[in-house]
Amino acid sequence: MPPDAHFQPADSSPRQAAWAGARATLPLIVGAIPFGILFGTLAVPSGLSVGATLAMSLFVFAGSAQFIALGLLASGVGVGVIIATTFVVNLRHLLYAAALVERVKDLPQRWRIPMAFWLTDETFAAVSSRLLQEKADPYAHWFYLGSALAMYGNWQLCTWLGLGLGELFPDMTGWGLDFAMSVTFIGMVTPYLRSRPMWLCVVTAGAMALATWDLPHKLGLIVAALSGIALGYASHRLLQYKEVA
Amino acid sequence: MKEVLLIGGMFAVTFGIRYALWGTAGRFRFPPWLSDALGFVPPAVLTAIIVPAVLIPDGRAIHAGLDNPYLIAAVASLAIALWRRNLLVTIVFGMTLFMVLKWGIGL
Repeated sequence: MPPDAHFQPADSSPRQAAWAGARATLPLIVGAIPFGILFGTLAVPSGLSVGATLAMSLFVFAGSAQFIALGLLASGVGVGVIIATTFVVNLRHLLYAAALVERVKDLPQRWRIPMAFWLTDETFAAVSSRLLQEKADPYAHWFYLGSALAMYGNWQLCTWLGLGLGELFPDMTGWGLDFAMSVTFIGMVTPYLRSRPMWLCVVTAGAMALATWDLPHKLGLIVAALSGIALGYASHRLLQYKEVA
Repeated sequence: MKEVLLIGGMFAVTFGIRYALWGTAGRFRFPPWLSDALGFVPPAVLTAIIVPAVLIPDGRAIHAGLDNPYLIAAVASLAIALWRRNLLVTIVFGMTLFMVLKWGIGL
């Protein structure tokens, strides 16, 4: 599709585009604040040092994987299992990258590398409506950068804040704040529940997680997730096949 | 040393996943079946985390009764999430109900 000569982006400079990206991310930042604070609060009681907590937010920058790592650490699981679980949990970012690859592939590596590092659920949600358009958009990557820096800065601040609060109120871990993660994930799963294969996937994963919860090294998480993916995908194919036949 | 390994490893797999397609500038593409299957990854993984966290909150035994505030608040939050389809509403409702059950009623 040729670029649309009449298309005028709302911004006319890299700086304006970056600000627009940050503003588009604001609602998602509001949701990420309690999540980030809770991560900082739970990290030290879960067995992570203060330095490692800050380093994890700085270098890994993946909210749900960071949370899960804390849960696994607290139950005494080995490093290898935590890294394998991180891999499975973060596989969903491949989907986001695939969706945006047309917009990104002609940028130089000095753009592609940091953009990939900052690819999160939130930034994808904030930038996809603009970046998935097929119009010429010379500042699209600046828009992305603004969104990513806002998320990244907020995540670092909330980690700091959570570490401080956890030190002030050492019994915070017994307050049941861990339920915040469960309820956040419930809110993240429900948008998927729009087809029968998705329901089958989720019910299978949940049942298998219960059936395998006492497996060593928390391997039940991976077994349950793979079972859900397999049954969900198999039923998806079956439905496709029935439609064609 | 263990923490350096942990964070280095988590960084490597996370960045690897995020950069794999962009680094090769789209020369590598998924076959359609693989992107279909990948679509099931997020809900499967998140559910496999939620269910034990809610039903086995102490990490020792399954608590499926009405005396488990995690379970009650999770079921109610799921209903609100399906009804309102709004992440913030779901989180605020779920946390509030949980706090009422745990501290107000003392479950």
